[in-house]
Amino acid sequence: MSIEKRVEDIKEDLEFFEDELQKYEYIIDLGKKLDPLDEKYQIPANLVHGCTSQVWLICEQVDNKLIFKGTSDAIIVKGLVYMILQIFSDSTIEELKDVDMDIVHELNLSEIITPNRQSGVIGMIKKIKEYTLKA
Amino acid sequence: MFKKDFTYFENSDIVYLDNAATTQKPKAVVDSQIEYYEEYCANTHRSNFGDANKATLKFENARKTLKEFINAKNKEEIIFTKGVTESINFIASSYAKDFKTIIISSLEHHSNIVPWHMQGRSLGNGLEVVKYNKNLNFDMEHFEELLKENPKSFVSITHISNAFGKIHDIKQIISIAHKYDSVVMIDGAQSLAHMKVDMQELDVDFFAISGHKTFAPTGVGAIYIKEKYLKDVKAYQTGGATIDQVDFNSSTLLDSPYKFEAGTQNIAGVIGFGEALEYLNHIGYENIETIEKDVFNYLNQELKKLPNIEFYNDISDSIGSRSFNFKGLIHDDVGILVDKMKIALRVGHHCAQPIMKSLNIKGTIRVSISFYNDYSDVDKLILALKKALKMLEN
Repeated sequence: MSIEKRVEDIKEDLEFFEDELQKYEYIIDLGKKLDPLDEKYQIPANLVHGCTSQVWLICEQVDNKLIFKGTSDAIIVKGLVYMILQIFSDSTIEELKDVDMDIVHELNLSEIITPNRQSGVIGMIKKIKEYTLKA
Repeated sequence: MFKKDFTYFENSDIVYLDNAATTQKPKAVVDSQIEYYEEYCANTHRSNFGDANKATLKFENARKTLKEFINAKNKEEIIFTKGVTESINFIASSYAKDFKTIIISSLEHHSNIVPWHMQGRSLGNGLEVVKYNKNLNFDMEHFEELLKENPKSFVSITHISNAFGKIHDIKQIISIAHKYDSVVMIDGAQSLAHMKVDMQELDVDFFAISGHKTFAPTGVGAIYIKEKYLKDVKAYQTGGATIDQVDFNSSTLLDSPYKFEAGTQNIAGVIGFGEALEYLNHIGYENIETIEKDVFNYLNQELKKLPNIEFYNDISDSIGSRSFNFKGLIHDDVGILVDKMKIALRVGHHCAQPIMKSLNIKGTIRVSISFYNDYSDVDKLILALKKALKMLEN
């Protein structure tokens, strides 16, 4: 599935909830689905800059695809991490190199998260790009 | 009961509990801003036409009101600034920089830490920090030890901690400091919103005052400078309205307060500050203290019923701010959810990172009340917190 299609799917899911608190309940539930990240990876080198909470992202290359894993110490942010991983993980390096999207705008996140937390999401995308360029 | 005096509460259904960050403005203050800009907008202390004279008179009346409000001896001791941050930076760079040692407390806001770092000071190197003990109490014994080792220091201490609401016994602090020939500045950012302060009774040397945390517009504050220091404090910045004589070789400055108020001032803000103080005079500190104590106790009592809540101090010697966390939860998660339930509070380190680090926490959830808050605000907060906790439980 293309990255664009995955974004569309998540956007559709979020739009299903009219009430903001319901959206948050959904995001919290998404966070619960996140695979645990071994503590040995929760180190400063894997930290995402720009987040008010701590977010760690790691990357593994399998053939020409990149697999991202991550977590956060904050429950709601864990849900956001899950969404970002759903969109970008398991994509080819070529697809990831071509990514040039304002994910906050694409997912209408500006309506539900504050500018501080939006910069955290942008930080996650930057980290993914960094990993991609190194691959 | 007093919300009717604040237009904000007519227009908003937010439960406003972020008063330590800024207070709402009474209608009289808002009206004074409109009146200045719509009816007599002119510069002060320069031109001599009617509106300019009116603006100058109103500006100087605000100075007189503040002088009386804090019981300063004369109006020359009152210098208007942008706020407490500017007041502290002003005194730090124009007077206190020459002191060998600066003594601060563990509960300081960054505004009373970073100006000292800017002078190249660090812990043990021109900067000393008084320890806290149980219940975040100021360690008077340690303070006196520091003064014994470093007499003739400059002591710069907060009156009420913005993060924890802890009230320091500044009268005792000032008295001990003076015993060791030290000079004292008090960061009074949180003071005037909650309690009467009297410059003569305190015998304080410098007292930094916030306007916007005291129901006045943003961008205005003041520094009280005891008369005996007025000649020793250097002008922090110079320019229009500070000058007596200038030629291309030299200049001479006016006396205080004018030599310290360079450039066009925040005229509307100062006039609004005067109105805010008049409003407080009308309400009376006796009423304010009674209401706040009652609501603060109720807040504490209801918060204590919530599961896994952790406090860092009890409410003795505290006012305004109540800081807490929930075991196992990041304050940020709670803050996001209660915001969506129309509760305005602050989560984070509250510009007091050193005390947060010392307590081994990243920050807190801070509820800060004012006299216009009531039981109903507390009830709505508790409902929202309960709902947030439910949503965040595993």
